[in-house]
Amino acid sequence: MKFVDEYRDPALAEQFAQAIRQLVTRGWTIMEVCGGQTHSIMKYGIDQLLPSQVVLLHGPGCPVCVTPVEVLDKALEIASRPEVIFCSFGDMLRVPGSSGDLLSAKAAGADVRIVYSPLDAVKLAKSHPDKQVVFLAVGFETTAPANALAVEQASRMGLDNFTVLVSHVLVPPAIEAILQAPENQVNGFLAAGHVCAVMGCEEYEPIAAQYRVPIVVTGFEPLDILQGIYMCVKQLEEGRAEVENQYARSVRPTGNQPARELIRRVFRVIPRKWRGIGEIPASGLGLAEPYAKYDAEQRFGVAATSVPESSECISGLILQGRKKPPECPAFGKRCTPEQPLGATMVSTEGACAAYYRYARGR
Amino acid sequence: MCLAVPGLIESIYGDGFERAGKVNFGGIVREVNLVCVPEAQVGDYVVVHVGVAISKVDKEEAEQVFEYLRQMSEEEPQA
Ligand code: SF4
Repeated sequence: MKFVDEYRDPALAEQFAQAIRQLVTRGWTIMEVCGGQTHSIMKYGIDQLLPSQVVLLHGPGCPVCVTPVEVLDKALEIASRPEVIFCSFGDMLRVPGSSGDLLSAKAAGADVRIVYSPLDAVKLAKSHPDKQVVFLAVGFETTAPANALAVEQASRMGLDNFTVLVSHVLVPPAIEAILQAPENQVNGFLAAGHVCAVMGCEEYEPIAAQYRVPIVVTGFEPLDILQGIYMCVKQLEEGRAEVENQYARSVRPTGNQPARELIRRVFRVIPRKWRGIGEIPASGLGLAEPYAKYDAEQRFGVAATSVPESSECISGLILQGRKKPPECPAFGKRCTPEQPLGATMVSTEGACAAYYRYARGR
Repeated sequence: MCLAVPGLIESIYGDGFERAGKVNFGGIVREVNLVCVPEAQVGDYVVVHVGVAISKVDKEEAEQVFEYLRQMSEEEPQA
């Protein structure tokens, strides 16, 4: 596939790895924020190409993993109503709520459907006027334009039977929360390329300056990630802390204006609770006031509840880069992708699932 | 979940918030909403996430990774 295969060339990957080995003089810890990058790193064994001084920590950038239990519980409550068609991305179906997951609700008779796009849920609402169609709108900034567009389309079509259960999160506040933690070990970041394709790079400038950390906006293919690491190590070795863009083929410095405009119109910034981490101020999106009638929580009156998380799962520490999956006593034993205890084992982008799939035998 | 894949625009139809097109991903053709990439035309590559194009691939910038490698190997005196 064009713009994919050429960035997977093993010989060129080795050239980058060699350049990193020549460049590095001391230990550096770099966090890749996005779970898609974690997946690539484990799949292509990029961590094994790196010199021992460069340690990669895996960040909180897996929306499925950070969606709190309460949201799943609300989803289950809404999905169980007879008038509801509940739509979700496929990877949310097996994320455990406090009692079961959407897949088990479906097995028990709820009309739960996997959609590829939120716009497909709008189409369903249009073709089923007698039903209430609800879409579970999770995601980072990357997914926000699509979810905003779904709400905007529903509003323009005058659909009264479409709502969204929103649990949107934002990357920069999560990076700041990691940097503010007293035990933080991260020296530099690879920022998530597709988040920045939407939002641009500007909001990372004050973070790089204030915390003196290099932030390199990075793509997802092996050569992208290796170049991102190289650029990050180079900055660290030279004592610089700047925002650089490795992924310029898809990321403009100011992002995607029509997409940002859609997000600004449909959503507003609110505090969000992150599974395993807790509440982070101004770290999420909720529906803006003019779109409140598309809010599934209001339409179905699902109460705000707080649910304690399983004490066995240490995914919170994993999502903050403080522990790696094999350090969890349940990893690969009581917790597997078939029987997940935590969301980081469910999503293919979760660090636990990536280690289970690619690095168990190492 | 932020998985987004580049695909080739084969056709464009509709307007306003319904502007869409057929996009070819290595042989698999899907309908993609093109509202956020008003500059994209047939023959362009766009990065698509959950059915919505979020960026047009810049063909010149796409060479940047390889160019960076070439420059690096030219500058490399110590090896
Ligand atoms: S291995 Fe399972 S129980 Fe352990 S942190 Fe990962 S998801 Fe949680």
